[in-house]
Amino acid sequence: MSEAARSQAPGSMDSAPLLETSGLTKSFRSLVALRDQAIVVRPGEIVGVIGPNGSGKSTFFNLVSGFLRPDSGSVRFDGQPIERRSAAEIVRLGIARTFQGTRLFKALSVAENVRAAAQLRHPSSMLDALVGTPRLRRAARRVDAITGELLGLVGLTGRAGVRAGDLPYGDQRRLELVRALATQPRLLMLDEPAAGMDAAETRELMDLVDRIRRRFGVAVIVVEHDMDLIMNLCERIQVLAHGQTIFEGAPAEVQAHPKVREVYLGHA
Amino acid sequence: MSAPRGLPRGLLAGLAGIALLALVTWLLPQLVSNYLVRVVIVMCINAVLVASMGLANGFTGVFSLGHVGFVAVGAYVSGILSLSAHAKGAYLPDLPHWLAGITLGFLPSTLVAGLVCVALAFLVGAPLMRLSGYFVAVATLGFLIIVNVVLINAVDFTRGARTFTGVPLETSLPWAVGWLAVAVAVIARVVYSPVGRRYRAVREDTIAAQAIGLEVLPVRLSAFMLGAFFAGVGGSLYGHYLGSFSPAAFYLAYTFTLISMLVIGGMQSLTGALVGVVAVSVASEVLRNLERGLDLGIFTVPPLYGASQVVLGFILILVMIFRPSGIMGDRELTLGPLVKPRQEGPGREIKR
Ligand SMILES: Nc1ncnc2c1ncn2[C@@H]1O[C@H](COP(=O)(O)OP(=O)(O)OP(=O)(O)O)[C@@H](O)[C@H]1O
Ligand SMILES: [Mg+2]
Repeated sequence: MSEAARSQAPGSMDSAPLLETSGLTKSFRSLVALRDQAIVVRPGEIVGVIGPNGSGKSTFFNLVSGFLRPDSGSVRFDGQPIERRSAAEIVRLGIARTFQGTRLFKALSVAENVRAAAQLRHPSSMLDALVGTPRLRRAARRVDAITGELLGLVGLTGRAGVRAGDLPYGDQRRLELVRALATQPRLLMLDEPAAGMDAAETRELMDLVDRIRRRFGVAVIVVEHDMDLIMNLCERIQVLAHGQTIFEGAPAEVQAHPKVREVYLGHA
Repeated sequence: MSAPRGLPRGLLAGLAGIALLALVTWLLPQLVSNYLVRVVIVMCINAVLVASMGLANGFTGVFSLGHVGFVAVGAYVSGILSLSAHAKGAYLPDLPHWLAGITLGFLPSTLVAGLVCVALAFLVGAPLMRLSGYFVAVATLGFLIIVNVVLINAVDFTRGARTFTGVPLETSLPWAVGWLAVAVAVIARVVYSPVGRRYRAVREDTIAAQAIGLEVLPVRLSAFMLGAFFAGVGGSLYGHYLGSFSPAAFYLAYTFTLISMLVIGGMQSLTGALVGVVAVSVASEVLRNLERGLDLGIFTVPPLYGASQVVLGFILILVMIFRPSGIMGDRELTLGPLVKPRQEGPGREIKR
């Protein structure tokens, strides 16, 4: 990943949208999990999505990342409609995500988790593997280099050989984050990355996300319950309740808005 | 990360391996009885089959019970192809003309058998590899049953349930050892490459695998098809070892034997598959000799026919209880620096 090529100024309002959803709706039987949602994320921008439990945040993530199909509405990435694409295709296009609660390859080593993701951009076929082509060796070198760099970024270099499932919880979350990053996304979606972390760890994570954004020029969407994290990190916040968008604006506006205080922060 | 491995070392390992195999295949018949040579040949064939079964079952986590279906297809396809024109006239008079005229050598008929199984695996796998867990096991068992029924009913091609015979006895020790070497080399290269890493990612978590850009179906299908190739090859080897066989030879009992070898050795390891074959083969040879009865002078052990199957079943149960991931788990045995698996090995770098 060449940093110079990829780093750019964090999102400015005049650039074309990277992600744009509109009218996004998804029901599970009679329950409308997300209704008529719309959001615009520009390159390099960092946007927060908050809302009480069951308000549709993860559903929004699943719709954008291709793990669920919307009932109606559209998802455009880089101007291209993606709501009918498979999850794997969407990753290839440049959207990577983490899951609420982690989803690591638990029995594989820490390094293997990252390599498996990094090889998406440096592929080799069965024929390459059988013959041992120069392409295979070149890809392996690139994948190892990326893996080394990313493990260094989250301080897991010394634990590269450890079974991912044996890592402490905080390390598992960081590993999942760099595994997503290893697919070289332009948009990174983090579903409650700080869940289960203490205040110090949360601050550290915030710092990490910010560093990643600047260094790799990725746009970020964060779902979080931790208000401090969201307010300090995000340029813009969208508030959901019962699948509906009730407010969207800068952190200060969100905190001041009476409807948000009532629905989400729980005190009028 | 370790320094890139140059060609000379790989070449050296390859040459050393070939020399070793040549020595073994030449030396063994001089040292041991004909009976033991035959045991080793069967062990080699089973090792080809178990190692290739481990590809889909162990590395991509799709538990297929249909492997022996491909073995059967391999045995019959290669058998029909290598039967002499005279034997075809005698045993398969109703064979279509285009087939009756063809007689291939052992190697080409084995390769064709493997390729037919690859094509069949594509057709069967495309719908089935979407399934997971016991759905795959049940559906692939259905495939095994279908193959069996088709073989029994395609009388013009197979003589039905009667013995298919006249297949030239070509599977010598060098052929068996040679094919085993090829199978192990191919499977090892694939499994410990980025391709194998995709297999393991899909096995560990299909959702996480999609989240790093992997389509589950093609990944599993490629393992299933490569496994089917060696199932077809192994079927040909077995057919040309037996000379005559019937559909019953490639059915549930054989499936159970191969699966216990795989599971006892350790599904997620290539050497585990080989260890399982040796362990189960040695155990059942010993037991088979014991079940004929023993006269120890003071007391006699009466013959207990079938006891070896019972004991094998018990061993399988015990392994499942005390070592559910098999003897080897996901670790690999290496023969020192000469044949060290590459970087990708999960076992080598895992610290517990
Ligand atoms: N696959 C599914 N099948 C049925 N109902 C679902 C499914 N996924 C989500 N839901 C329901 O949709 C609603 C929205 O769920 P979602 O997971 O999007 O909420 P969330 O905002 O992420 O909540 P949390 O903060 O608890 O993670 C919930 O009522 C949930 O029970
Ligand atoms: Mg959620």
